[in-house]
Amino acid sequence: MLDHILSLLIFFPALAAMMGFVVHKDSAKAYGIAVSIIEFVISLYLWFAFDTNVSGMQFMESISIVPTFGINYLVGIDGISLFIIIMASFFTMIGIASLGDVKKMKNLVITLLFLQMTMVGVFAALDAIVFYTFWELSLVPMLYIIGAWGGPLRIYASVKFFLYTFTGSLVMLVGMLFMAFLYNQATGVWSFSILEWYRLILPENYQLWLFAAFFIGFAIKVPMFPFHTWLPYAHGQAPTIGSVILAAVLLKMGTYAFIRFSLPMFPDAAVFFMFPIAIIAIIMIIYTAMVAYAQEDIKQVVAYSSISHMGVIILGTFALNVEGITGSVFLMIGHGIVSGALFFLVGVIYDRRHTKMMSEFGGLASVMPRYATIFGIMMMASVGLPLLINFVGEFLSLLGFYNQSHIVTLLAGTAIIVGAIYMLSSFKKAFFGEVTNEKNRNLPDLNSKEIIALVPLTIIAVWLGVYPKPILDPINNSVKSVVMLMHEKSITEEAKTRIPLLEDKTLMQKPQAEVK
Amino acid sequence: MLSHVNISLQSLNISTLVPMLIPIVGALFILVLDLFKKDQNKSMYVMLSLLFMMLDFGSLVDFSLNFNTNGTALGYFNMMLIDGLALLAQFVIVGASILFIPLALTSKRFHEFSYPEFFALFLFMIAGFQFMVATDNLILIFIGLETASLALYTLIALHNRSKSFEAAVKYFTMGALAAGFFAFGAMILYALSGSVEIHQIAAVFNADEFANLPFILVAVVFLLASLGFKVSLVPFHTWAPDVYEGASASMAGYMSIVPKIAGFVVVMRLFEFLIQSGVVWLNVVLYVIVVITMTAANIWALVQNDVKRMLAYSSISHAGFVMAAVLIGTTQANSALFLYWILFTFTNLGAFSMLWISRQKNLAPGQSSDHSYNKFAGLIKIAPLSATIMALFMLSLAGIPPFALFWGKIYMISAAVSAGYIVLALIMALNSAIAGYYYLKLIVYMFMKEPEIDIDSKVYTMNGSIALRTIIGFAAVGTVFAIIAVNPLIEFITAFVYNSGY
Repeated sequence: MLDHILSLLIFFPALAAMMGFVVHKDSAKAYGIAVSIIEFVISLYLWFAFDTNVSGMQFMESISIVPTFGINYLVGIDGISLFIIIMASFFTMIGIASLGDVKKMKNLVITLLFLQMTMVGVFAALDAIVFYTFWELSLVPMLYIIGAWGGPLRIYASVKFFLYTFTGSLVMLVGMLFMAFLYNQATGVWSFSILEWYRLILPENYQLWLFAAFFIGFAIKVPMFPFHTWLPYAHGQAPTIGSVILAAVLLKMGTYAFIRFSLPMFPDAAVFFMFPIAIIAIIMIIYTAMVAYAQEDIKQVVAYSSISHMGVIILGTFALNVEGITGSVFLMIGHGIVSGALFFLVGVIYDRRHTKMMSEFGGLASVMPRYATIFGIMMMASVGLPLLINFVGEFLSLLGFYNQSHIVTLLAGTAIIVGAIYMLSSFKKAFFGEVTNEKNRNLPDLNSKEIIALVPLTIIAVWLGVYPKPILDPINNSVKSVVMLMHEKSITEEAKTRIPLLEDKTLMQKPQAEVK
Repeated sequence: MLSHVNISLQSLNISTLVPMLIPIVGALFILVLDLFKKDQNKSMYVMLSLLFMMLDFGSLVDFSLNFNTNGTALGYFNMMLIDGLALLAQFVIVGASILFIPLALTSKRFHEFSYPEFFALFLFMIAGFQFMVATDNLILIFIGLETASLALYTLIALHNRSKSFEAAVKYFTMGALAAGFFAFGAMILYALSGSVEIHQIAAVFNADEFANLPFILVAVVFLLASLGFKVSLVPFHTWAPDVYEGASASMAGYMSIVPKIAGFVVVMRLFEFLIQSGVVWLNVVLYVIVVITMTAANIWALVQNDVKRMLAYSSISHAGFVMAAVLIGTTQANSALFLYWILFTFTNLGAFSMLWISRQKNLAPGQSSDHSYNKFAGLIKIAPLSATIMALFMLSLAGIPPFALFWGKIYMISAAVSAGYIVLALIMALNSAIAGYYYLKLIVYMFMKEPEIDIDSKVYTMNGSIALRTIIGFAAVGTVFAIIAVNPLIEFITAFVYNSGY
């Protein structure tokens, strides 16, 4: 069973979703919870069985699908993808568990289970076409979630979300096909396996074009400035569960793909584009923080702050050294936990008052103390308070980039601190002071459903903030081999100096084929 | 005084005519049967046609086994050319017809299917298309084309609505013009080379190194215009949306597949040597036509209010996409054309069948046309299964993996990339994104809107009979599980295309 645990993890939710059509609608939620708990347990078992000393891929499975064209069902995970997969199954579980009374509950549960299949699939895929399949497929359930359960502008938001991402990924698809063609030129066979592509050394100009093609696909997904305009709409209109999954897991596909594709495949291009991307990242951090400050809708504040922190992840990724990339992967987890929790919290207040306007609230701390406490902790985590989860990731990301450029790091660090202002000010507006609005006087505090969702997230945020080692070690291990491969593969002098040479020879993977 | 011509029956290789003769015999058989036993139920004619087409298919299988061992077969004064291209195209033609004809078995009565002539004409049409693809003789191509087209005009008109007559007349007029163009283009080629066989023409032109280039270009323009009408390339597409709208949905689906594959094969035979000749001008013209066909048709499709018209424009766009294969001209591209079209057959026939199954006799109040978008609003609440299946077909047409058309799409784009047409590949990819919008529009209507017009929920499966449901189920399974078939298909197609020298 261990040999096929990843396939189990990917297709179990899909199978369960199809069987879910038979389940009566009154029991749909219970069914969904049961399935997602099983899935979560399997993903935990994956962690248990995961060998933290191995830096390469584990649990690999390979079935050829189109051998003449080199397409294989190839899956496997390393330390980078392991925790994102666990997070995806965790969020699906608590997401379904915390669902309130929504219309068409059965459809929602089935859609979420399908979405889970695509999420796990993206992070486990090691074949570009399999990756692309899950990547595109993940749009469809999300389209439905936003479009069917969203706010008044839901159709516009969902279509915009779909088309924006779809367009970007089609450009990426052309890049993938070109990459496969180059591989075919170099070796004489077709292959879409990412691991095979790692072995290919490309001339710099090819690298630049291919990097750009992949970049468009990934940057729209992250979303990086200036491609971010779909996200506030999607968040603004999506139901709580949609926003949570979108922020916690779906956006991570973009940043994850940078580490999985762009860096090891095009190291010279990554060095070439390092500073432009770092500048975009800083613009993301500062600009979206300022936009967030101007928002009157709490959900938009959280949405823009979420984009802002994605900027730090990008910055860490493009530090191109072990500290930076490890930090950015860790921050992906942290960002997922924290922004997922924040969207849950906004959903809680929206359920009670059916408004998300900040001006409607004030003094909530005295009415809903438990809610205010958790909101406070999560907000602190979001701004990067030490001993909370995001601090570790942000610190490592910045530390990584410090090795590349002091000035950029300084700017980014300042931006993060400035960014804290808007969070604190919106927290102040909503929670402190007198209760000014009569409607807020008798709001009930968190109920058990919401506690089930929020308390585990809080515990994780604190636990990993204090003791990040169990997660950091496997990530670090796998990142090392990525960095090593990049150094080995790079061809320009600048790339050799920018990407550090690591001492640990045991992790070495030799690139073999070369495109002339 | 004519001298005797001595030809041994052996050298005629009459057997190469068998695949075409089967539907012709079938059609005559149906007509004769009608003389003796009138007013039979349509189900008998459907099954008879189906039997003849299966026989036809069987003979093709036999020929393809023969092709694997002996290579290309010539016959009948070298007029018949049974190469891999001919066989593949005939497989698509006959296969799509087998999938199409059971759609006549609606539970509601429709005018056209009560005539046995419908089925006879249908079989004649198939024979015409088979002739068209199984030869490189321009005259025989012309005869095949006209036989098939004349039958098709009548089949459209038989639908017996005012719009169907309009469609048939429009198609007929345009088709007549195209036929004239074809004859004129072929005449110039004959005048220049003294031959009506494409490989002879190619040999002559290559020998004198395209000395009469201006005349050749005139001929090419006429032929391109004529074949452009048949495969509906922009700017020769104008008939298509109106004709699709006027024809019954099933017939429209059929028209979007079968006549076009026949056209593509002729285009491929005709333009292959011209493209390879290094005449830059032709490359540019084809490039422009391909890009405009894809893009313009997509943009027109965006603004349609009727699903059938949207699908009409979408199939024009798909034709442009596939036409790129002729421009690229590599073995991979030509194989991709067939792969794409086979996968497209399943998906598109499925989509049109979903329209066909919901065709009502009278429009509901507020409904502007037979298949207006608002008819499908909120379908997920009324008929969840129909909505889901329709959505599947739309996702496949949009090229979302892992559904059928995605595999055709990546193989085609990969062929473009491999041949160095990177910009073309990007245009093809971005066109899929534009197309995504209008396919999504139907999904949005079905899944995210509330029902808009007061319509009886039975309408959505109104014509549903076991036969229709079977075909739709077949198309849906083909669409979802296409991935299993992709590898054998690629191997099979590539071997055939490669061994025919394309």
